[in-house]
Amino acid sequence: MHAYANPTRFLAIAKPLTPWLLGIGLLLVLAGGWAGLAMVPGDYKQGETARILYVHVPSAWLGMGGWTSLAIAGLIQLVWRHPLSGIAARAIAVPGMLFTALCLATGSIWGRPTWGTWWEWDGRMTSMLVLLFLYAGFIALTSGDDGQRQGGSLSRGAAIYALVGAINIPIINRSVVWWNSLHQGPSITLGGSSIDGALLWPLLLTVLGFSLLFGAIVLMRMRRIIADNRVAARLRRLADEED
Amino acid sequence: MKAKHQRLILALVALSGVAGAGVLAASALRDEAAYFRTPVEIEGGKAEVGEAMRLGGMVAKGSIVRQSDGLTIRFVATDGKASVPVEYTGIVPDLFGEESGMVADGRMRADGTFVADRILAKHDERYMPPQMGDMPKNMKAPATT
Repeated sequence: MHAYANPTRFLAIAKPLTPWLLGIGLLLVLAGGWAGLAMVPGDYKQGETARILYVHVPSAWLGMGGWTSLAIAGLIQLVWRHPLSGIAARAIAVPGMLFTALCLATGSIWGRPTWGTWWEWDGRMTSMLVLLFLYAGFIALTSGDDGQRQGGSLSRGAAIYALVGAINIPIINRSVVWWNSLHQGPSITLGGSSIDGALLWPLLLTVLGFSLLFGAIVLMRMRRIIADNRVAARLRRLADEED
Repeated sequence: MKAKHQRLILALVALSGVAGAGVLAASALRDEAAYFRTPVEIEGGKAEVGEAMRLGGMVAKGSIVRQSDGLTIRFVATDGKASVPVEYTGIVPDLFGEESGMVADGRMRADGTFVADRILAKHDERYMPPQMGDMPKNMKAPATT
């Protein structure tokens, strides 16, 4: 496991992987988006409005998946102090927050014609908004800190913050089960899907496509942090030689 | 014991502590974080007359009656165990209809009618094409326009 924590080995894999993730991800998003908008029929009850789920659902999944990976990176930072874990956490935070915001925005746009409201303080919406604020807090906590100038590792405080914030993830997931809410219950569970197969397959394409795009963005951001580190290290060496 | 094992155990203990606290808080919020009350809760005495609250339930089949002013509707909200008559003056969302979920903001009147100031439609987690033949019995296809 330590082998992949080495930035040089990581770069040797990440560099060729990035364009593949980006290309296949874009292709799947376009194919799934086209299928969802133009090929499958509208929902029996909501009609054309339900098509927004092909963006809303992947955004929600990536917002939550993003924080889950951020928390795992925080744990690895705390316990094993792998050099890449802090870099990964920093790289995940911005796209994670972006997809959470996209989920809230598409949900709001969807809520107006179906429920009759842009926003309600029910359990699902409130806990998702909390996730957005958690991301904002993490980005504020890790921007311009000592770790950013010294290899990208997380401070103990930021790593603990990432772990504690993970409590919100099961709360978001269970919010529509524990509390009665305006948001409907889960459509896709371990037991199966209550989205009919005819409407489901474009969703699988966009979920996979957006996930690959997310992966590509994270890899690009990680490579950029590593490149910054190398530039900083080289400058420091040059400055030392001049002394 | 190696230092990293110590850190792992410490992190896991702290994490399970925080998770436990989160579960306790969530279960304590069980009633308070509910977005609406159901007819059976209201029947059980969970609603004072005149207290602002939300009522959620299914609109009972055949219960929507439009009053002569053309704007006021009356219907029965049910959760299968109890039902509450609701009165509302205004425009309802497109998805509002019989045998479909709704959430109403308002208050109980002394005669046991819930007077709503606002109505939201609630839909379920099923999505399917309009021409599905094997729909569950408790749903009906919308009139195609």
